[in-house]
Amino acid sequence: MAKRDRLSGNEAVAIALRQINPDVFPAFPITPSTEIPQYFASFVANGLVDTEFIPVESEHSSMSAAIGASAAGARSLTATSSCGLAYMWEELYIAASNRLPLALALVNRALSGPININCDHSDSMGARDAGWIQIYAENNQEAYDNMVQAYRISEHKDVRLPIMICQDGFITSHAVENIELLEDVEVKDFVGEYEPEDYLLNSKCPLAVGPYSVTDYYMEAKRNQAEGMRCAKQVVLEVAEEFAALSGRQYGLFEEYCLDDAERAVVMIGSAAGTTKDAIDRLRAAGEKVGLLKIRLYRPFPAEEIAGALSHVKAVAVMDRAEGYSNQGGPLGADVMAAMFRARSKAFAVNYVYGLGGRDVRVEDMEGVFADLKKIVEDGDAGETYRYLGVRE
Amino acid sequence: MSYNFKETMNKPERLAPGHRMCAGCGGTIAVRNVLRGLHEGDKAVIGNATGCLEVSTFTYPYTAWEDSYIHNAFENAGATMSGVEGAYKALKRKGRLDDTYKFITFGGDGGTYDIGLQSLSGAMERNHDMVYVCYDNGAYMNTGIQRSSATPMYADTTTTPVGSKSNGKPQNRKDLASVIAAHDIPYVAQTTFVQNFKDLHIKSEKAIYTSGAAFLNIMAPCPRGWRYNTPDIMEICKLGVETCYWPLFEVVEGKWILNYQPKNKLPIEDFLKKQGRFKHLFKKENEYLIEAFQNEVDRRWEELLFRCSR
Repeated sequence: MAKRDRLSGNEAVAIALRQINPDVFPAFPITPSTEIPQYFASFVANGLVDTEFIPVESEHSSMSAAIGASAAGARSLTATSSCGLAYMWEELYIAASNRLPLALALVNRALSGPININCDHSDSMGARDAGWIQIYAENNQEAYDNMVQAYRISEHKDVRLPIMICQDGFITSHAVENIELLEDVEVKDFVGEYEPEDYLLNSKCPLAVGPYSVTDYYMEAKRNQAEGMRCAKQVVLEVAEEFAALSGRQYGLFEEYCLDDAERAVVMIGSAAGTTKDAIDRLRAAGEKVGLLKIRLYRPFPAEEIAGALSHVKAVAVMDRAEGYSNQGGPLGADVMAAMFRARSKAFAVNYVYGLGGRDVRVEDMEGVFADLKKIVEDGDAGETYRYLGVRE
Repeated sequence: MSYNFKETMNKPERLAPGHRMCAGCGGTIAVRNVLRGLHEGDKAVIGNATGCLEVSTFTYPYTAWEDSYIHNAFENAGATMSGVEGAYKALKRKGRLDDTYKFITFGGDGGTYDIGLQSLSGAMERNHDMVYVCYDNGAYMNTGIQRSSATPMYADTTTTPVGSKSNGKPQNRKDLASVIAAHDIPYVAQTTFVQNFKDLHIKSEKAIYTSGAAFLNIMAPCPRGWRYNTPDIMEICKLGVETCYWPLFEVVEGKWILNYQPKNKLPIEDFLKKQGRFKHLFKKENEYLIEAFQNEVDRRWEELLFRCSR
């Protein structure tokens, strides 16, 4: 039976973790993810979980310890934001190359500098090539549901890759919204026991992890990781289907909102999708054919499916909550436009950088983006494809 | 604890031959002898910071380690083993593991004194049930003999080269054993290769079987970096101890214990002159440098005697 509650995104993820009862959770506080280990520490202190909680001295160490624990045969995770993720950088790559199915509850926050505690996606976007599966949420419900599904994807024998469950700092992590929670036993059964094949604490067969591997094997190791990532897409869908049977909530690679007959579309990630849906509702009421494609799975990138879903659209605005400093736009823009190019799309596509460092994005802003797209279609010219939204020039 | 040299040396090797460490490498001698401190039948997970030891003993697809082994990166051997030990505790608590495991991490002075210091400090302060072993050869030997904070004053390294305006490394070495002792962990010891390896063996066994965090600092000469005649390693270690450059001591539950006091403290020249990295100190005009070096050795020795007398 589902339980209705009102929770922040951080509380929701912490509750998912209590229900999962992982083996090892090393953590270091950083705003706005701090509450996740804080809530979890209280679960440990009150005997609600039997996890080994390790309050380490830095994020580099939290990811290092999570890697050690995972290699040892334990289901492990950590949580972080922003500079914490940046500090883990090399470890992200090592976790992935060791094919360790560990989880990271990421609360997206702008990278320094200037130092800023508010939301943008510069942290996880920078880690997009690290070999981690990345799944994003629009709200607390999605953050909770994604966390419940995380280990099923990550630990799948065809995948065996670490997974980053992302939500927007403050906007999602701290805002309290209605939520439906699963029963503890439902989550426990859904996630299941972790049964690693090879691990350090396997007394029957010792294991060596983290070799020196030069030109004769390195490339095969990387290719092998890519294969795990290739398989992840299908596993994400299968797990989502099982989750829907349990919860009644449907998830896919992305969400389409009024996209079927849309002539103009926005592609984006995260909480601003909710704002965009409001803008779409207003414009649809006025008879405008506008829609949204909200990315859930960003790594691996479901390029063919995205291009397919956009194939009938005349103009697309790809919204990046991160700069790429390529003078072309942000990372999502590059990925979506490449997908459209490969699918021989004839649509106009522009890329907006928006919402950096928590800059508010309002319904009117998104209405403005759709108005820009309208003009592009009318003019038959995309104009400048690298744009900023909501900035003082 | 009783010590039988023959018995100890005849224990099965836990670092198998066939690895690619240099002939006469002090690091390898340290590792093999620390692992002899494990009781037969006890399982272990070995951790390792990036360095010579790692790249030479676990070159894919071969490993020289008989026990489970994990290398993660350069600066996080302490944190990595914290996670392994945490997993052990969790799996034991959850009834998913019966065996007894010991946790031993090796790092060179680069991975321990310098880039890995924060990770080590955290692991020691949290008092994980593990031993961290530093095989201290006093420079970043794996990358080609660059200075570290363990490099002694005036040593000629590739980043503190001796030249017309340079006498080698200008600074004194960090006293890491004291730094770790200040973490108030159950067991800290400093040792090297002397006589029949009794000191190293007893300290290894104590460190491994002490509950909680333990730290061993082992002077492990590097023939390439120190530029000495490779077979002279035992002589050099002995001189390190007899000159009081590398004293043998323990800190047990906060109590400082001197394990060996030379009857006749030898002059530091005896230790320095066998090593090419100090060759420039023996020019006539550089006598004052040796005097300064001697003063520092004396100061530290007096400080140690004071600590051990309380």
